[in-house]
Amino acid sequence: MTLNEIRARLQAAIPGCQVDLVVNGSPSAHNSLLIDRQHGLEAARVLRGLELDYCSNVTAVDWPERVQTDKIKTKQVFDGVEKEIEQTVKTTIPGCLEVVYHLFSMAKKEGPVVVRMRTGNRTDDVTLPSLTPVWRSAEFQEREAFDLYGIVFDGHPDLRRILMWEGFTDYPMRKDYVPPPDDDLEILGER
Amino acid sequence: MTQVAPPEAEQNLMEISMGPQHPSTHGVFRMDVRLDGERVMRLKPVFGYLHRNHEKIAETASYLAAIPYTDRLDYLCSMTNNWGYALAVEKLAGLTVPERAEYIRVIVGELTRLQNHAGMVGFLLQDMGASGTPLMYAFRERERVLDLFESLSGARMMCNYMRFGGVRVDCSAEWLGQAAKLVAGFGGFLDEFEQLLTGNEILMARTQGVGVLPRELAINAGVTGPGLRASGVNYDVRKVDRYGIYERFPFRVPLGEHGDVFDRYMMRVLEMRETLKILEEALRDIPSGPIMDPKARLRGLRPKVGEAYGRIESPKGELGFYLISDGTPNPYRYRVRPPSLINLTVLEDMCLGQNIADVVVILGSIDIVMGEVDR
Repeated sequence: MTLNEIRARLQAAIPGCQVDLVVNGSPSAHNSLLIDRQHGLEAARVLRGLELDYCSNVTAVDWPERVQTDKIKTKQVFDGVEKEIEQTVKTTIPGCLEVVYHLFSMAKKEGPVVVRMRTGNRTDDVTLPSLTPVWRSAEFQEREAFDLYGIVFDGHPDLRRILMWEGFTDYPMRKDYVPPPDDDLEILGER
Repeated sequence: MTQVAPPEAEQNLMEISMGPQHPSTHGVFRMDVRLDGERVMRLKPVFGYLHRNHEKIAETASYLAAIPYTDRLDYLCSMTNNWGYALAVEKLAGLTVPERAEYIRVIVGELTRLQNHAGMVGFLLQDMGASGTPLMYAFRERERVLDLFESLSGARMMCNYMRFGGVRVDCSAEWLGQAAKLVAGFGGFLDEFEQLLTGNEILMARTQGVGVLPRELAINAGVTGPGLRASGVNYDVRKVDRYGIYERFPFRVPLGEHGDVFDRYMMRVLEMRETLKILEEALRDIPSGPIMDPKARLRGLRPKVGEAYGRIESPKGELGFYLISDGTPNPYRYRVRPPSLINLTVLEDMCLGQNIADVVVILGSIDIVMGEVDR
């Protein structure tokens, strides 16, 4: 089943579910589906029904706010002579946290189908639906994404820090993480 | 702080913290166990004692510089770790691997499987109380494999051997001869090992019907490797993806019926026998030729913007690497899909209602390495 077929199935099964195709430019050509987070759990149930019974890899990616610079060439007419003018346009792309699920089918020996979901921003709107009720294999991996990236998974049965210790407050895998000085780490550990 | 009384059902339970320095946990790993008498009523694994944020380190280093770090994930199987990472980078950058390098990869990868499975069976028996003998037998054979790795790569365990687009150094005809000799003798060791263990009454009593993992749960919880196949699921990445040149080798995938510890033990023994078939063919058919893709730029590799997921069947299960490139010399996102960690998801399910002494055996049958669990 191709990604476009899966996308059509999802849109047919869940009214109002927004699914976008994310194109991957590398030679691996694993494109992915970006599903809106309001319908994430329902979409996962539909995908599970399409015999994608094995959720292999769950991980997060941090996308801080960045400024994209595009050079746009426009043609304008000055005094009857056509000239090409280059303009620099800066667009701010808002930051977000993203989770990526790699789904396979053990029954049909197919895959991977890559599914992504994005948070609203990186600070106070970081909740995504947990897919652990559909695939148990996401349990520890979503805990890890919570621990290292600070994504809150709604509906996760046991959302605690997994690799860092309890009482640690920061999210080390974020791109803007600054580690505390070594002596501070020792104090944190003793607390 | 206000003290909250535990629910009535849990008031008479004894809480035991197994680890982090318990000999059966094979590293620093802790299990919070609640016991009713000797029966396990709850079990929560606690990780992170060996966490060094491998992924962050790799994201600040170049693609090449991450390879030695992968050795230290599952430090018993550095060759297959290298392979998984190299495969992911090859997918990301569109590199090919020469024929001879593919054969060398299969040979060292399968040798890794031999020494891992032999060692795992030895440790499992050690955990069961068979002090010494099986583990020493297994380690005697493992040493021979490590000798081969040392003469090939210069290191016994931290091999740092594979590169994206090939392998680092070529192997000599003499080395291949030594490997063929080891493979020819390994079947005899397996016969001896099985004679000692498979029919052993104590082993059967301690393992049969213990730690049963149902088929559906195994799939849903993402268990991979011998643990999955012991529950009767025919899924081996070598057969499914046919990465490298695995489609050339006729080998069978052993399957279990009961999904208990005994089946997981048998999977290892049977897989070692299948591995010997692959090795015999690979050592016979290996062609001469280059060992590196001439297009592969090891230093300063800058893959196009995009992402790739590469996975292999490591001795412990599906080892995957997920990479995102933003066009710079170091990966924007570098993720390891650790089979050891994900196989632990079902540890509690397998242990509930079992005897506390069986927890040690069940954990041993999953085959974990903390370097990979905690990363």
